Amino acid sequence: MKARVLVTLKSAVLDPQGKAIEGALRSLGVPGVSSVRQGKVFDVELDTSDPAKAEATLKDACEKLLANTVIETYRIELVD
Amino acid sequence: MKSAVLVFPGSNREGDVARALHMVSGVKPAMVWHADTALPPGTDLVVLPGGFSYGDYLRCGAIAARAPIMEAVRAHAARGGLVLGICNGFQILCESGLLPGVLVRNARLRFICREALLKVERNDTPFTRRYARGAIVRYPVAHGEGNYTADAATLKRLEEEGRVLFRYVMPDGHRDDAQVLNGAANSIAGIVSEKLNVLGLMPHPENHVDPVVGPTDGRALFESIVGALEKA
Repeated sequence: MKARVLVTLKSAVLDPQGKAIEGALRSLGVPGVSSVRQGKVFDVELDTSDPAKAEATLKDACEKLLANTVIETYRIELVD
Repeated sequence: MKSAVLVFPGSNREGDVARALHMVSGVKPAMVWHADTALPPGTDLVVLPGGFSYGDYLRCGAIAARAPIMEAVRAHAARGGLVLGICNGFQILCESGLLPGVLVRNARLRFICREALLKVERNDTPFTRRYARGAIVRYPVAHGEGNYTADAATLKRLEEEGRVLFRYVMPDGHRDDAQVLNGAANSIAGIVSEKLNVLGLMPHPENHVDPVVGPTDGRALFESIVGALEKA
């Protein structure tokens, strides 16, 4: 099955890249953007078709490597 | 003194630190490949050099921190062996959990390559015994992700336990967290582990060891290590 993992900075952590993007959007005249936070997306293909197993594998992957939980949080979405 | 310098794909300062260790101790360090699973027998000091291990993919130091050799480094540190991580080496130590916190993108987003003024906060550690307490030294910095960050509880603990060994300071010798070059919390440039045997720092002491090149403020760090190991 397919899954998507989203890794984003915790809300308390400053995101200078997001701020720079926010500023660039403003200078391009894109209206109505009040804040930008940058994150990462991982599209993962798994051998299993069992959602519980997939979830457990991805949680393990996030804790071990994909996210640094000191500053980041992650969200797992099973796409199927 | 037996030292080992780890080499990851993308490390690029291993030669400089090996040269500094050779100059100061008279012994050439062993160069140890990341895929090895053991350190040379009798290793006293492990150095994680600067560079861009694994191209900084995912996060700086993230992949190197999971390399096979890191299990041996963890065991060495647990035995009380000395570990020194410089720049990317510091990032790897944080990612591996050997030191707390994390190094994120510089606050003003620029890669900073220049000399930095640092205060040596204490001299009762194996890494700083040849400096005067409170000495102001000059080491170069060269990093894009040197902005030290940790949660409030970790920062409080580091300060209470006196584990901030190097701090960026202004020309007058005082720290200014609002002006610090890379945005680092509490102007932190380098920290040690609880048992004082693991040091991670962003600036490069190995650049400043040879009078032919310029200042030699970094030399005392390597002399400190040699002295600490002789005493042991």
